[in-house]
Amino acid sequence: MIELNNVHKAFGNNKVLQGVNLTIASGTSMVIIGGSGTGKSVALKCILGLIQPDSGMITLDGQDVTKGDRDAFLARFGMLFQGGALFDSLPVWQNVAFRLLRGSLARPRDEAREIAIEKLRRVGLKPEQADKFPAELSGGMQKRVGLARAICAEPEIIFFDEPTTGLDPIMAGVINDLIREIVVEMGATAMTITHDMTSVRAIADNVAMLHDGVIQWTGPVADMDASDDPYLEQFIHGRAEGPIESVR
Amino acid sequence: MITSFLAVIGRNVLAALAMLGRISLFGMRSFSHMFRPPFYPRELASALLQIGWLSLPVVGLTAVFTGGALALQIYSGGARFNAEAVVPQIVAIGIVRELGPVLVGLMIAARVTSSIAAEIATMKVTEQIDALVTLSTNPMKYLVVPRVLAALLTVPLLVSIGDIIGIAGGYTVAVESLGFNAATYLHNTINFLETRDIVSSLVKGAAFGVIAAVMGCYYGMHSGRGAQGVGGATKGSVQAAAILILAANFVLTGVFFSL
Repeated sequence: MIELNNVHKAFGNNKVLQGVNLTIASGTSMVIIGGSGTGKSVALKCILGLIQPDSGMITLDGQDVTKGDRDAFLARFGMLFQGGALFDSLPVWQNVAFRLLRGSLARPRDEAREIAIEKLRRVGLKPEQADKFPAELSGGMQKRVGLARAICAEPEIIFFDEPTTGLDPIMAGVINDLIREIVVEMGATAMTITHDMTSVRAIADNVAMLHDGVIQWTGPVADMDASDDPYLEQFIHGRAEGPIESVR
Repeated sequence: MITSFLAVIGRNVLAALAMLGRISLFGMRSFSHMFRPPFYPRELASALLQIGWLSLPVVGLTAVFTGGALALQIYSGGARFNAEAVVPQIVAIGIVRELGPVLVGLMIAARVTSSIAAEIATMKVTEQIDALVTLSTNPMKYLVVPRVLAALLTVPLLVSIGDIIGIAGGYTVAVESLGFNAATYLHNTINFLETRDIVSSLVKGAAFGVIAAVMGCYYGMHSGRGAQGVGGATKGSVQAAAILILAANFVLTGVFFSL
């Protein structure tokens, strides 16, 4: 279980997180929604330790994430980055098997390659793509490679940062379905940040809305449409009028 | 008016000193990681190839033209006081003590520092460095250490090759155009150079290599966002590396030759 307790983070005068409290139960899929620049990615990066919060505490299964063995902590995570964040200098299979080629999870190269090809197949890519470089792939394919890399070491927790941004609706649907299937299949805890409501409905068990640096609303995805929270209502219906200012 | 002018100077000096401190700490951290596992031999091999082997053409061409021009300059300048015969000695000392290491250092700053800064800065803006961290890989060990170590090992070699090619350039011009005797030229060159000259050249090469790689890595890892951030990191890294190489050259020359 991941818990954020009163987490604050500011960049200069810009107070991005102003007391975020959130609980993500093990084996569930939490989607965090909110407008651009509301701090969704910052919250996610705080959990991973890529950004240090100014105050507050983040725990994983009751343990403070800033303490203990960092490698062991990170070995429990997989992450799909918004732009894929594939390593340009490495072929696709080495991107996917990155974790299996070095460090504590290192395996022989042939075995790592086989696993990478299997994971590529799992996300709908043919083995012929394995030796290409990321720049030779389309945006949708790069996203799938990123997804294959995120699941390659079979992590307990997977983070998805804007998984469908920049994709056409069909490819976005394919990615959403893959994420849902993989999360269910692996029994992983998932945390996704997005402002794509189609993704939310496809991926989420629970939804949390981040606005003005705090969680404005959280609950099961089934309750989202029935909620009378004015922030949530404006956001999910994409209205320009409401408590959320359209000019930020 | 004067007070505010002084305040501006003071602020800039303090900012420059703070930056120098951060760069020094960054460099020391990279050295401390060199001796602690995990090690990445493939990345080191790739950096050795990029920084060492692929820099050979530019280093060789720079050295050969500089050696040739130096021979012509010394010959025509020396003729003013009947000292044309010192061409082999002055070319040797000029190339080995100064021009070899400095020009190789500056060419490495232009070729390698810019490339490292642009590559790492692009990795930063496209979240590849964050991805490394989430894949349990320390960017300092994976990206910085191989490049700094490769520069430390290969730039002294490049300098020694540049020295030889530079002297060969001077030799070719002197023998082919200025009428020097080939055997006498080589004899004078070899006899004139001291061990201290060669050691200073190699030490300078090592120092300039480290400066070039550390500047590229530092500016890349601390780049701003977007294309402008990558451009700023590349420009800043080459400027800083060139200035630090010239400053370090002054200091090292003082250490080796003014005692």
